[in-house]
Amino acid sequence: MTPYVTSLRAIVGREALRFIHQRERFIAALVRPLVWLLVFAAGFQAALGLSIIPPYQTYIAYETYIVPGLCGMIMLFNGMQSSLSLVYDREMGSMKLLLTAPLPRWWLLFCKLAGATAISILQVYAFLAIAALYGINMPPLGYITVLPALAVAGLMLGALGLLLSSFIKQLENFAGVMNFVIFPMFFLSSALYPLWKMAESSKLLHDICALNPFTHAVELIRFALYVQFNAAALGWTLLAAAVFVAAALWGYNPSRTGMSRRG
Amino acid sequence: MTGLSVKDITYRYGAKTALDGVSFDIPQGAFCALLGPNGAGKSTLFSLLTRLFVAPVGQIDIAGHNLARDPRAALAKLGIVFQQPTLDLDLSVRQNLSYFAALHGLSGREARTRIDSSLERLDMLPRAHEKARSLNGGHRRRAEIARALIHTPSVLLLDEPTVGLDAAARAAITGHVHRLAQDGTTILWATHLTDEVWPGDQLVVLHHAKVLTQGIASQIAGDMPLRDRFLAMTAAPA
Repeated sequence: MTPYVTSLRAIVGREALRFIHQRERFIAALVRPLVWLLVFAAGFQAALGLSIIPPYQTYIAYETYIVPGLCGMIMLFNGMQSSLSLVYDREMGSMKLLLTAPLPRWWLLFCKLAGATAISILQVYAFLAIAALYGINMPPLGYITVLPALAVAGLMLGALGLLLSSFIKQLENFAGVMNFVIFPMFFLSSALYPLWKMAESSKLLHDICALNPFTHAVELIRFALYVQFNAAALGWTLLAAAVFVAAALWGYNPSRTGMSRRG
Repeated sequence: MTGLSVKDITYRYGAKTALDGVSFDIPQGAFCALLGPNGAGKSTLFSLLTRLFVAPVGQIDIAGHNLARDPRAALAKLGIVFQQPTLDLDLSVRQNLSYFAALHGLSGREARTRIDSSLERLDMLPRAHEKARSLNGGHRRRAEIARALIHTPSVLLLDEPTVGLDAAARAAITGHVHRLAQDGTTILWATHLTDEVWPGDQLVVLHHAKVLTQGIASQIAGDMPLRDRFLAMTAAPA
């Protein structure tokens, strides 16, 4: 086995072990979208009329509409959580252990990203299973075709977390960033309402939503769940992922003096 | 042969100079103490030696590999014990060491054999299955030193490894690491405690970002205890 594969397995394995040890985190990650699905969606069902828009071929209940958005929410929270753990690792020193391994830094960071994404995907499947028990079913094939979409969305949001972690110097600054990243990203997207609804109330908000990479990640997941391919959504999500990864690698570059402010 | 060579390293945080033209060489298999008061630049030097950040000026060679030109070969020859504890407390000692071994590309039977032998060297083998959280401070440190030896590095860096330990644990760890030097590993041991330096050790005294003096500890101390000599040197305006 090459050192690359060995290190990938170890880093992903460690992320998984850490996740298993934090059972509260797993439960919290599941309860959050379930509250939205079972409470919020039930209340909004009556208020929000949805017309037939792709990929749906018939009128759908609001609960069905928000499932892909809630999958995205799980991944968004997870991306930020893994970024939080990176900042924690840096304060605690275990990040140093990782970054001094004799492998290229981009690979080590990619392994971290892959670990976080794998955990996100497991959580999304747990959520989809509960939603199915509740009666919100996708086409059976959709549960398979959504996998690559989740991987791309998870990598993009994980890369955003990585980027944030390279610029956040202290754990205490994190809560503010979460509020400025998670909430705007989630609410200014197509997760809770279709974009045409948004356009009815404000053109500007609609345009912001259309620019938000999270919107495209959600649409990618939504189409994939119905065994359809949304090339534009994939393109924008990949582009956003590439930009975030490039910026994060720059942020973690050892010759950038900003890295060194904390010994 | 030179185990670790540092040439003309200068590093600034904005306007503040953390290291100013620092140079020293440690022969292969020597124990070198890097002695300096808090804030002298020891931790910055360690971050540069481990390539956590890169010095724009100067040159670092680890076991003959240039850190800037060939970072991976250089890092592969380097064992590091950081000042902060870096064990994952929820994992066992063995799991912690296996994770590190994998970062160095070691897995399977080879990793197990190496982990056993390096735990053995630090008398930690009986505790391999204990959770890191259940170990006392001295044993945690020893586990970290054992971890840093898995890939048989030629150079071992330790950044104030005895911080927070009691006198007995400090003496034990200092003794263990001196024995590693006798076995041929080059050691750089940063500290501000003179009692950890043995008379025959190499010594580099760092103060206000510069090397104040370097040589054999007993010769630098001269006719007074090293502690008094060190206080006299660092009290004087640099």
